[in-house]
Amino acid sequence: MTTMDPTVEGAVAETPADAAEPKGNHLPGLSRICGTTGFTVDLTAQKFIQLNAVAAVVCLLIGGIAALLVALTRWPAVHLLPAEWYYRMVTLHGLSMLILWIIFFEIAVLYFAGTVLLKSRLASATAAWISFIMMVVGGGMVAAMVLTGKADVMFTSYAPLKAHQLYYLGVILFAVGTLIGVINFFATIYIAKRDKTYKGSVPLVVFGAITAGIIAVATLLHGAAIYIPTWLWALGVIPNMDPAVYRLVFWGLGHPSQQINVAAMVSVWYLLSAITVGGKVLNQGVSRVAFLFYILFINLASAHHLLVDPGVSAGWKIWNTSYAMYLAVLASMIHGYTVPASVEVALRKQGHDKGLFGWLGAAPWGNPGFSGFFLSLLIFGFIGGITGVTLGTEQINIIAHNTLRIPGHFHSTVVGGTTLAFMAVTYYVVPLIFRREFPLRAICKLQPYVFALGIAMVSFGMSFAGSYGVSRRHWDIEFTGATHAAGYDASVHVWLALVGIGGIVAFTGLLMYVLPVVGAVFFGKKIDGKMTPW
Amino acid sequence: MGISAPPADWFKAPSGTERAWIGLALLWCIVLTLAMPYWHFKGKQNSTGEAYAVEPAKFAARVQSFVASNKVDEKNGIPVVEAAPGGDAYLQAQMWTFYPILKFRKGQTYRLHISSTDIQHGFSLLPINMNFQVLPGYDHVLTITPTMTGDFPIICNEFCGIGHHQMTGKIIVTE
Repeated sequence: MTTMDPTVEGAVAETPADAAEPKGNHLPGLSRICGTTGFTVDLTAQKFIQLNAVAAVVCLLIGGIAALLVALTRWPAVHLLPAEWYYRMVTLHGLSMLILWIIFFEIAVLYFAGTVLLKSRLASATAAWISFIMMVVGGGMVAAMVLTGKADVMFTSYAPLKAHQLYYLGVILFAVGTLIGVINFFATIYIAKRDKTYKGSVPLVVFGAITAGIIAVATLLHGAAIYIPTWLWALGVIPNMDPAVYRLVFWGLGHPSQQINVAAMVSVWYLLSAITVGGKVLNQGVSRVAFLFYILFINLASAHHLLVDPGVSAGWKIWNTSYAMYLAVLASMIHGYTVPASVEVALRKQGHDKGLFGWLGAAPWGNPGFSGFFLSLLIFGFIGGITGVTLGTEQINIIAHNTLRIPGHFHSTVVGGTTLAFMAVTYYVVPLIFRREFPLRAICKLQPYVFALGIAMVSFGMSFAGSYGVSRRHWDIEFTGATHAAGYDASVHVWLALVGIGGIVAFTGLLMYVLPVVGAVFFGKKIDGKMTPW
Repeated sequence: MGISAPPADWFKAPSGTERAWIGLALLWCIVLTLAMPYWHFKGKQNSTGEAYAVEPAKFAARVQSFVASNKVDEKNGIPVVEAAPGGDAYLQAQMWTFYPILKFRKGQTYRLHISSTDIQHGFSLLPINMNFQVLPGYDHVLTITPTMTGDFPIICNEFCGIGHHQMTGKIIVTE
């Protein structure tokens, strides 16, 4: 794609020409007009989008280094780390990726959707500061506790396994900071509505962001319900934590927090479809109802973590593996159709109308914003969706629980899906919000392919090793020194090698993302007018 | 476009291929929804989630009395215990072993009680790959019928501290 002008024209064209443009509510001197898109950008929101995005990328790099060390330890031929550091790095990797990187980035997405797309200012700079500082302090405490060996408890910290009380307090601070950020987002939507900065319904991307925000509130309340008692237990105030109750409430946090990611990711898909090819939404009602299904049903997936637990009845399992799960699946099936369809319709209208897939060939594959988005869609939909639905089956869960099939699934959703989508949108965030040109543009254009390939390899390797029973979070597949000899089918070495090599490829893709981003933000050429199109 | 305000009359019924796709997806969702309860009753390998509250010390005492009355052999100082067909067998998970070694007969049905005396563990039976969660305070009862003979390793697949990867056990099935 040589220019992104058609996009912008498209954006303006959909607004009725005769209606007066709604006016923004920005404070004097605290906004600017984007030279590329024509959107009004609130400078306070811009600052906090930048701060949260920078924090996110720092956490991504830390989590990525931990990921590489973990992958190279699971590759039996390399077996890099000693046991103690392996478990510590698995813990650090899970927390810095699944919590810190993704949530910092999501706060940036919410601030963007609430202000730029609605022509509004951010409701409160003070709240944004409090939110950001609490998240940084909380995240820092968690990382410090893990790295000093006081919280070797994995991401899940299943009681009665106990970490230092400051670990739980760090998670609580981070979660409360996030909640303040989400409330600030809702307050922004409120003042935008009050000041009539937009007309009629909010744009679909904002609707998706609101979905993510609503799920985030429900999720964070579950987080409070589990982490506050656990913190008090670590302090000695509460004598006992019931392990089954812990698991039930923890997954009320753990799985829905992934649904925040799904809703945010799908919003980013619609955003990137619009800004890379001028994608049209086929039916606004259908896409919005699909988002609504996420709020209503997808939290039921929490139950899938407990399918082989004692203490939950057969009726409970049947209920939670049937109706509601599939209404959430239906939502993803709908987005899986409407998002690529929006690309197809737009490209056909631009004249790429040859045959069944001519439009796909004509898509701007050299634009990392597009390729990252489309690869994210493919990996999330095909690998993530299929493995997820399969693992949520009561009987299949018996042969998959706590094996590598589980991380095989969520690396294709959270990494191949959400992370790759967030990477793709960064290729617009940096020029449009930081107003810096990317250096090393050839590397940027290749990056989504390298990262997607690496993650697909990791995901396949884990899934196949897991189908032979290879345990997740496990240091030694030879069981050296165990009381009773044990081991796996020899073929698992091949699959674990694929995990290791895929890990190297994905980490390379991660560096190909982080280095140009850092280069652009700190040393990139300043953009005064239009960004150089991808 | 997803980034601009939709037209005022945006709420419309889906049409054309989009409608067909939603219908097809919904139909498949209904099939899967019905398949879940159906297979729970029709399928031969299900976990009913049968469990009872038990204090860890009391469970350990039950394991001890089971070992004392049913011990048939000893391997490396660990008792091999054979449960009566149709009867109860007990397996104790603790950092970092499964105790004792269990012996079953092929084709007989047993009630296998599993619990932990310290923290959470995972019961993973190799190479057939069956996995269940083991929690302290919960007597998790699995009704099992071995269909193959041989030695089957049990490994722990829930992280339980620095010795986690050395935590194993054994089930022996004979004719």
